[in-house]
Amino acid sequence: MTQDNHGKAHKYGMVIDLDKCTGCGSCMVACMSENNVPFKENETDKKDSITWMKVFKLTNGKPFPDIDTCYLPRPCMHCGGKGDHGHSPCISVCPATATDYGYDTGIVSQIYTRCFGCRYCMGACPYHARYFNWWDPKWPDGMEEYLSPDVSPRMRGVVEKCSFCYHRYQEARDRAYHEERRDHIEEGEYQTACTQACPAGAITFGDLNNPEHEVYKLVKPDPHNCGRPREPKAFRLLERLQTNPKVYYISEREWVRKAGDNYRKGEWGKEIKVSHGKGH
Amino acid sequence: MDSALIPKGARRCPFPVFATGIAVVSVVLLWGVFAMVLCWLKGLNQTNMNDYYGFALWIWADLAVIAIGGGAFFTGLLKYVFGIDELKNIINLAVVIGFICYSSALLILAIDIGQPLRGWFIFWHANVHSMLTEVAFCLSLYFSVLTIEFIPLILENRQLDKVPFFHNLSHNMHGVMAVFAATGAFLSCFHQGSLGGVAGVLYGRPFAYREGLLVWPWTFFLFTWSAAAYGPCFTLTVCKMFEGITRKKLVKDNVIHLLAKISGWMITTYIIAKIIDTIYWAGVTAPEMGFSLMDFYSDNAFYGIWILFAEIVLGGIVPAVFLTVKRFRENKKLLLVAIILGTLGVCLNRWVMVLQVMAVPVMSFDTWALYIPSWQEVATTILPVAYGVILISLAYRYLPMFPQEQELYDSK
Repeated sequence: MTQDNHGKAHKYGMVIDLDKCTGCGSCMVACMSENNVPFKENETDKKDSITWMKVFKLTNGKPFPDIDTCYLPRPCMHCGGKGDHGHSPCISVCPATATDYGYDTGIVSQIYTRCFGCRYCMGACPYHARYFNWWDPKWPDGMEEYLSPDVSPRMRGVVEKCSFCYHRYQEARDRAYHEERRDHIEEGEYQTACTQACPAGAITFGDLNNPEHEVYKLVKPDPHNCGRPREPKAFRLLERLQTNPKVYYISEREWVRKAGDNYRKGEWGKEIKVSHGKGH
Repeated sequence: MDSALIPKGARRCPFPVFATGIAVVSVVLLWGVFAMVLCWLKGLNQTNMNDYYGFALWIWADLAVIAIGGGAFFTGLLKYVFGIDELKNIINLAVVIGFICYSSALLILAIDIGQPLRGWFIFWHANVHSMLTEVAFCLSLYFSVLTIEFIPLILENRQLDKVPFFHNLSHNMHGVMAVFAATGAFLSCFHQGSLGGVAGVLYGRPFAYREGLLVWPWTFFLFTWSAAAYGPCFTLTVCKMFEGITRKKLVKDNVIHLLAKISGWMITTYIIAKIIDTIYWAGVTAPEMGFSLMDFYSDNAFYGIWILFAEIVLGGIVPAVFLTVKRFRENKKLLLVAIILGTLGVCLNRWVMVLQVMAVPVMSFDTWALYIPSWQEVATTILPVAYGVILISLAYRYLPMFPQEQELYDSK
């Protein structure tokens, strides 16, 4: 397998149209249900709630009537890391190789039974996409019956995060092999739970390496520039940090696109060079 | 009662007084042990950490005790490798402090991980790219070296020394100590450095990220240098505390001044490098990521620019000046101020490189995250302090920790 996602390997990614998102939270609910995400009896403190998919509320900061709101769903970004070589911020720091980069899919995995809960990966992730199991997972009586058998529940003391519903990929891949299609997986065969649950159709999921896939058409990732979108209305969160996420956002609204990154005074609108150095 | 164990000719307080003091500190120790057991049995929900603050008080405590315990490797290097013989009069103290600091760090790490029974995975499934892996390997190995350095001192106990085997073992271990001192210095360079690298490699965290040399960010070198520079400050602070509590002169002034002078020059060179690093980071690294310096020091209730000033000026420039200028260094009060400021300065640096890193928002729509530790975190952080007080008190009472003690007493 090549040590990047530029070649024949899949590079699964997501495109979220922020102008379509209504902030309904269906993606969050679907994600929790699909992935057996535990919840607390009291969920008022969001800083230790586990939400693989989290919807942020952004405003343009202007007073009425010019105020504008945007809801920004944030799954794990499945970063390719500096140079898009798979050294994402979290993978390179994990001391026990409990999180790994799938060069065949571009998906950042989490091995729950190997994680010993040092939480270094959480500190490394600028998106707060990683969550620690501060408590034993508990579900109300009888609810265990509704847990998905395809996803292992996590124990107290380990880190977890969005997997792009990897079990669905495994299922699709198994089916493809069984039907002698090798790893040829149709676009519709592998879709994440959040994508399917979004009532507004704001989320699109697919292979960023496949020009036939909708995600490719929407953002036109530049393979020679670590997958940066060539579509002007598309952007990635914190592009300047060179994390090279595989989640893209689209918005017609300039202030929303500006909120996707940090700019010093007078920088917005100017061409900003993002180097793609090798890093540490 | 225990006079047969006390070094010959040494004056110690009566045993009941000593036992009472140890009992009082033991109560604090037990409080910490209770909190530690709670964390192990109930999990890290006993802390006030959260998904924004995955690294918090404990990691700071780890980094801080390892930095101030740096006096052990650096004094060992100066004494055994560079041959500065006067330092033999303070090396025992430095080794005991180092042993306490490093064992404390390992204990805190054992509490800090979510699955303590899997702690060995860091060695078994080691990721060579992770700075934490390097920390774990070098820390464990260096703790072994410190134990080897501590053993001869233990064997010099009055009763143990009567056993010919122990006497000869201690003598022979002293003979080969240069090898261990050199090994310790080598390992320390890497684990002190990799602790700096823990924050420096976080390219998703503009406040922490530093460019560097090959795979090592500048913080790697700054942490090693600062531990060597400030570690002796803590050794001297503890020495002065002993002299204050026992109301005795334990180490001759020429030894104190020599170590203080070396520390002063080390702090001077370190703080120059730190200032250059800060200027480059504020002027080049952070702006490339879209941040201005004041983004890291405004819009929150605690982290103002004062903290940068306190770290560099009060914890760096002031002790550097006081310790390098002879007349300041030889002034008892200024020396005390300098070594205390130095100790606090390096602890503040470690605080900033852990807790402020977590506090600063990175996404433009995120907010600052401040945190107050739970009593369990505080108790488990005080636990090693109580353990350290007990161990060093025992070492002082029963081991010849200060070789010049008798001579200084007789001359009095």
